[in-house]
Amino acid sequence: MTLVGERAPRFDLPDTEGRIWQLEPAVPTVVVFTCNHCPYALAWHERLMAVAREYAERGVRMLAVNPNDAERYPRDSEAQMQARVQAGEFDGVPYLRDASQQVARSYDARTTPDVFVVDDQGTVRYRGAPDGDYDDPAAGAQWLRSALDALLEGEDPDPPETEPVGCSIKWKP
Amino acid sequence: MHVELLFWAGCPSHGKALRELQEVLRESGYDPEAVIVREIKTDDDAASEGFVGSPTIRIDGADVQPLADEPTGLTCRIYRRRDGRISPTPDPADVREAVLAASSAAPGAERDRAAGRAR
Repeated sequence: MTLVGERAPRFDLPDTEGRIWQLEPAVPTVVVFTCNHCPYALAWHERLMAVAREYAERGVRMLAVNPNDAERYPRDSEAQMQARVQAGEFDGVPYLRDASQQVARSYDARTTPDVFVVDDQGTVRYRGAPDGDYDDPAAGAQWLRSALDALLEGEDPDPPETEPVGCSIKWKP
Repeated sequence: MHVELLFWAGCPSHGKALRELQEVLRESGYDPEAVIVREIKTDDDAASEGFVGSPTIRIDGADVQPLADEPTGLTCRIYRRRDGRISPTPDPADVREAVLAASSAAPGAERDRAAGRAR
């Protein structure tokens, strides 16, 4: 199932301080499913934060969503999420808890990370990996950047979809 | 030398880890095909094997990057490369060092290596 070209599922999710976040109308948004315990998510993390910083100036917002079952994976607990935010690892990007996992399911998210770009009309325009090599910081989340550049120039991302790479989302039993 | 790679299918890193492990063994004069690859499928398996994440590489029973106080379970393992980067797979230099250490410690290791085989 791909969501590209379809309306992005709406959600209301709390960040680590309990503030509720939603997709905002007219704001291009990157929704990243991520977590604390996955080496792929961690390897890509700095690249994603760099995108959030640089594209914020162009009106793009990033929301990070942790959907993992924290009972079986305690590193993904709210306390551990809060610790990373307080340590400055999210650089202002809201780190949201999808405790019911309904948001991850509605996006058909498969891995951490799994990146979705939503345009200012609320349509998913890109889905997949940040770039082609988690192991190469120089890859620079280029696939995500290209998708955002296309979007901001009124064009279609090419490709609109890549294969997400990372740890499987840890669904509740 | 007894070389094993334990993996959990929920983490996609074991293919790369196996390729890099086999390359290190080849460079070190051991048979790269002698790696014993075992899948860990359940939490009970993880507990009984002392499996702290995928992939786990053991050479003569010793972890190539030992972890202290890490809980067992079906998860992806976080490694640190020597340049500080986080990675789903161990640094090949750490694997090479572990192979060399085991090679030096094992009785008859030089003979095995000369024969180009891993026991």
